[in-house]
Amino acid sequence: MRRFASFVKKEFIHIFRDRVTMLILFLMPIVMIVLFSYAVTTEVKCIQTAVLDLSGDFATRKIITALENDGYFQITRILHSPNELQTVFNDGKINLAVVFSENFAESLHHGAGASLQLLADGTEANSAAMYVNYAQGVLRGCLLDFNRMDGAAPVINTNVKMLYNPSGKSEYNFVPGVMGLMLLLINAMMTSVSIVREKERGTMEMLLASPLPPFQIILAKLAPYFTVSAAVLAIILLFSRFMLGVPIAGNIFLLLGLCLLYIFVALALGLLISTIVNSQLAAMLASGMVLMMPTMLLSGLMFPIESMPKILQWLSCIVPARWFIAALKKVMIQGVGFENAITEFAVLGFMAAFYVALSLKKFKIRL
Amino acid sequence: MKVITAHNLTKRFGSFTAVDGISFELEKGEIFGFLGANGAGKTTAMRMFCGLSRPTSGEATVAGFDVFTQQEQIKRHIGYMSQKFSLYEDLTVKENFTLFGGIYGMKPSQIRENFGLTVGRLGIEKYADTLVDGLPLGWKQKLAFSLSVFHSPEIVFLDEPTGGVDPVARRQFWEMIYDAADKGITVFVTTHYMDEAEYCDRVSIMVDGRVEALDSPRNLKQKFNADDMYGVFLYLARTAKRS
Amino acid sequence: MMLKYLIIKEFKQIFRNSFLPKLFVMMPLMMIGVMPFAANQEVKNLNFAVADHDRSTLSERLVNKIAASQYFSLVAHCSSNEAFRLIESGDADIIFEIPQGFENDIVNSRNVTVSVAANGVNGTKSALASSYISGIVQDYSSDFQASMGDIIKFDIKPYYLFNPGLNYRVFMVPALMVMLLTLMCGFLPALNIVGEKEKGTMEQINVTPIGRGVFILSKLLPYWAIGLFVFTVSILLAWLFYGIVPAGSLLTVYVCAIVYISAVSGLGLVISNYASTMQQAMFLMFFFMLVFMLISGLFTPVSGMPDWAQWIAAFNPLKYFIEAMRMVFLKGSGIADLKSHLLALGIFATVLNGWAVVSYRKTE
Repeated sequence: MRRFASFVKKEFIHIFRDRVTMLILFLMPIVMIVLFSYAVTTEVKCIQTAVLDLSGDFATRKIITALENDGYFQITRILHSPNELQTVFNDGKINLAVVFSENFAESLHHGAGASLQLLADGTEANSAAMYVNYAQGVLRGCLLDFNRMDGAAPVINTNVKMLYNPSGKSEYNFVPGVMGLMLLLINAMMTSVSIVREKERGTMEMLLASPLPPFQIILAKLAPYFTVSAAVLAIILLFSRFMLGVPIAGNIFLLLGLCLLYIFVALALGLLISTIVNSQLAAMLASGMVLMMPTMLLSGLMFPIESMPKILQWLSCIVPARWFIAALKKVMIQGVGFENAITEFAVLGFMAAFYVALSLKKFKIRL
Repeated sequence: MKVITAHNLTKRFGSFTAVDGISFELEKGEIFGFLGANGAGKTTAMRMFCGLSRPTSGEATVAGFDVFTQQEQIKRHIGYMSQKFSLYEDLTVKENFTLFGGIYGMKPSQIRENFGLTVGRLGIEKYADTLVDGLPLGWKQKLAFSLSVFHSPEIVFLDEPTGGVDPVARRQFWEMIYDAADKGITVFVTTHYMDEAEYCDRVSIMVDGRVEALDSPRNLKQKFNADDMYGVFLYLARTAKRS
Repeated sequence: MMLKYLIIKEFKQIFRNSFLPKLFVMMPLMMIGVMPFAANQEVKNLNFAVADHDRSTLSERLVNKIAASQYFSLVAHCSSNEAFRLIESGDADIIFEIPQGFENDIVNSRNVTVSVAANGVNGTKSALASSYISGIVQDYSSDFQASMGDIIKFDIKPYYLFNPGLNYRVFMVPALMVMLLTLMCGFLPALNIVGEKEKGTMEQINVTPIGRGVFILSKLLPYWAIGLFVFTVSILLAWLFYGIVPAGSLLTVYVCAIVYISAVSGLGLVISNYASTMQQAMFLMFFFMLVFMLISGLFTPVSGMPDWAQWIAAFNPLKYFIEAMRMVFLKGSGIADLKSHLLALGIFATVLNGWAVVSYRKTE
């Protein structure tokens, strides 16, 4: 036991001595949460709008005012001829042009005829869809208003309520995502790289030749990463709870149990990679390509899974972070009980068992 | 002509004086043993002579070039084998020699010829196209030494070249060192094997950054009244204040 | 002359590596073949549960209209409580609730209110989803009014310039090529140099008469060559898979790429000079890349970001190259239009490489 303890101590010294890495590890989750929450919003703030209004009547003026009052649109240019439309987008300063047909107000009442063109700069496909979506919302509102003024036709209003996150903060979404990413980075990527480094230097053979049983060697190698990830976890939770005001609505023990389960999966994956590859470079690239990239893309962290083609949706099922993040959102932010996240727990449990067994088997073969 | 001259050569890292005013001169073809306990300043001193580290004060020349201003010229005239160095493991034996031959500006015909002689001497012709990765440690060290003298430098610096090898292999390694010295190459070698110190023409022993003794092994043994170099070393090492 | 030997050595090592050559094949396939399908922030196929307290023809029609849209799929008709449980278990994203008396109110020309409750954990997604639902309800409302008689109506015709079909891929693919070049010419040479440091072969190189410029060039040139090759492959794949070709000239694409490569490899070199182990280098790279990637406009437009993020973006080489690539591919911009982008990238290249040369020490 004393031998084991001294060995664990050596491992701790090893990773804590690398100040740069430690600093990055503790800084990265915070930077990530801030960046994801504040900088990576699909929200469009200020749509630079040009208007071509050849009609200039009460209806067009009313619509223009409605756009201006909406808050999203900033009308920065008034055009005077359709020819200007050719060039107005070229310098990239205008996002959207609103073009009214001639005699707009007059043709409103004669069935068809009145039309309104929305020209959006499609270079940024996402934003373009957003500009048009917002503009359509405002325009439909105007249309309802016109009719309300006009007669007694009934209007159906929509009352929207955001559950769990009334103000629509992005942090609620990204805190669980960043946790999924960081725990994987520490437990899978760092572990695999550090074990492979020992292999590369030949010191692994020395360790294996020591009287310590292989199982304890693995345990000692993994212990510091486990500790680091616990610390990072604590930092993320404290930062998001007290600095960002993200609630921890659910049972904290359930939350920690979930994290523990996920850490096991990640550690086992790291161990598995380390038994397969032989160089640090390969370990990095393998964990980057096989773990980090799929996690970024397919975990639902940044891109909604349900919009993807079916084949990618199936593929996303083998990404552990997908299940972890989904469960974390339920347990941490929605604050629902275990019974609502049984599927996720079961999948993660299965993955943990499978990868631990597989990596131990591989590790034994190498001995 | 002296191959290395050092006068009051000093290297400080902040307030720590790693090498404290060492002075000596080396003759051509000499085998010079550079001894000292771990942390005595051996490696730092050697790195200054190789142009890897800039001295803080003092004077020194290597192969007639100044260690302060002519580091790049020095590098053309020396060979170096570090304790950490192994060859490129993912290149073959031949590729390693071709690479370093090319780096020192040897002509392709000359590289071919020298390489043929080298593998012939080591008797490993059939492994010329094997990746270094798969060779035993003893061989790698012999190859690393052959590589460090491949371009016929005036001096070769060996930093603990025989670490981790068995006595038989060490013996063979020293035969290679004698061969090189016979060809007129000066050998500057650090080691912590005291039996190896006996093989050197002259030995210096560093304690706490200073050269405390410098003479032939025989004279040193007489002076300190010891049976072997180990006795000499122990006597001096006890005076050390740094741990 | 020395350079030749060193470059031969690098190529041998690269192609002898068990992993790198596979990476050169896999990367463009992944980046161009798979990423555009996944890296898509479109919101589709959201699950919604309906609590219809009216159970009338009109309410039924409204529900069908929502279910028919590509954005939503109906998971359950149920009570409010059950619907809420579906949200808790994650089986539904949205509850759509129609009040009792819905049909009666409409027929009698009284205004009614339907409610939408969305799982707000993913704020962006739920906001978008509820705006889609509101749109559909508004449409339904107008349609209904139209059926009641003469009402005011105008058509809204959206039109997207430069990308008429609003094809998300046309927009993603050029940016993904940028990521590819970044990995190939920034990441890999840096890791390679730190690898030599760690193994000790770097010290052996340092005692030889090789100049630092020559040594660094020998590290960069092979990756530049491979990077440009992989870049070319990805341009071909984009054409093959999606028929995406640059609207501008290929020459412009390559000019931008070459200027960018020199900037990003300078960044890699700076990092390799400060990192002493591969693990450190990897983390530093990963950190910088993450920051650069998130605020480059790759996924979300820089113009929508807070001011501090826009300031960081101004010092982000990725941003300039991504913008330039999109302009060439979509708008057909030429070198003259990209002057400011090329200038910015050129400044990055000069500063970063200068920094790299100064911070690289053969001698302590």
